[in-house]
Amino acid sequence: MKDDFDNSVLAKLQSVGVRRNNRWLVRDIDLTMRRGEIVSLIGPNGSGKTTVTKILAGSLQPDFGSVQRPPNIKIGYVPQSVTLDSTLPMTVQRLMDVPQPVDRNELFEVLTELDIQHLANSSVQKLSGGEFQRALLARALLRKPDLLILDEPTQGLDVHGETLLFSRIANIRDRMNCGILIVRHDLHLVMVQTDTVVCMNVHICCRGTPERVQKDEAYLNLFGAKAFETRALYSHLHDHDHGLDGSIRDL
Amino acid sequence: MFLIPDDFFSRAIIAGIGFTLVAGPLGCFVIWQRLAYLGEAMAHSALLGIALAIVLDINLMVGVFSICLLIAFVLSRVNSDSFLSGDSVLGIMSHSTLAIGLVLISFMYWIRVDVLDFLFGNIISVTWLEIAMIYMASAVALGIIVFRWRAMIGLTVDEQIAAAEGLQPNQTRILLMILLAGTIAIAMKIVGIILTVALLIIPAATARQVAKTPEQMATFAVAFGSASVVGGMFMSLEFDTPPGPSIVVFALLLFLSMATAMLMRKRSQERT
Repeated sequence: MKDDFDNSVLAKLQSVGVRRNNRWLVRDIDLTMRRGEIVSLIGPNGSGKTTVTKILAGSLQPDFGSVQRPPNIKIGYVPQSVTLDSTLPMTVQRLMDVPQPVDRNELFEVLTELDIQHLANSSVQKLSGGEFQRALLARALLRKPDLLILDEPTQGLDVHGETLLFSRIANIRDRMNCGILIVRHDLHLVMVQTDTVVCMNVHICCRGTPERVQKDEAYLNLFGAKAFETRALYSHLHDHDHGLDGSIRDL
Repeated sequence: MFLIPDDFFSRAIIAGIGFTLVAGPLGCFVIWQRLAYLGEAMAHSALLGIALAIVLDINLMVGVFSICLLIAFVLSRVNSDSFLSGDSVLGIMSHSTLAIGLVLISFMYWIRVDVLDFLFGNIISVTWLEIAMIYMASAVALGIIVFRWRAMIGLTVDEQIAAAEGLQPNQTRILLMILLAGTIAIAMKIVGIILTVALLIIPAATARQVAKTPEQMATFAVAFGSASVVGGMFMSLEFDTPPGPSIVVFALLLFLSMATAMLMRKRSQERT
């Protein structure tokens, strides 16, 4: 069973650091992504979240530390915001074939699961923000990724849309047994199925499990019971504070 | 047996179509990745390439190709930290290379060079050897485009996704630059330095209006480009106009007719 454990590791970062222009973009990052695990990476703007995703995906080599990734790990990446140039003719169906053509039956299954099957032949540029986000998620899923990276997946969605998306992400994890990294700048509410919350600001500030808040009266009154089937509160345990430039200060 | 007519008119059309085979798909990338100004700078620098090729006594297309690559390389060194922006650097290179080329050629009193042939092309003087070169270069370029098509579309859709999913966007971008340099080297003979970018962009822009996928756009661009070559050559024969500019005018007429047709279709759809 020991082998099983090793096989489940998709990427392991050990004391990883990236330095550009005499400034740490990230430093001392220890992070392990495993199959079937959902990790929420949270942190303020400019805290180095995107740098970490790039290192995990293998598109950026860190200056310090070690990165272990099994060869041929397939990454599915859904970026924070993509605007497709209007000069590029692209239907939703064609977008699913980027980069490789995929099976048509699977394609329609995934589009149906994400409620965009009726848009299959629409031009991508005519979709709403939420529809386009789902189309990009569908494209990433059709690659059958080992590691799915979602950068601010709920940006521009209302509470209802976010609830729907979270429940689908949980389904995806259960069905595909992939590792999922959700990057968010909302520091307090994370997806309830999150196994590990990692809070970072250049370095990792704290990590832990989300607390289930369904039973908390005050939050229930504020958001309604349904919102908490997919969300959980995360309370931070920091032993330090940050200056405006990201420097670390003792409390 | 199918006989290829051996007259200057047929040779011109065959040469022109050979060029549009690669200009079609590459013109699409020029539009998608906003490389029109880079293409323009490369084309203008071609005259310097020609001058150097004459001095070094090497093939003209090779000279043009090398200088175009140099332009792309210099531009790739410009980033957001540079004291000039990319378009300013292109503007400097575009016109100064053209000027240096003109100055160099004016020194070469020992050879008869008609600069106008290079500026506006001289498709009717194309030889079978040149046609063979055009088709060979086109075949190689087209082969590379087909082989790397997925990565190129991946880069066009989104660079971040391409990078994260292992498509090596930087490598793909360099490949596109090399192909663009090659296409411009071929185009020099057909429409000349000044009109090269027009023949890359206009057929692709016409194709954009009817295409639903990138593949359709590339294919239609080849079709509209070839139609422009044939139409422009007949126009040139009929009205005794210069062939290169006639081809570009014909391409523009196709573009305008398509735009009008699409506009009218949209109007009629709105009415119903």
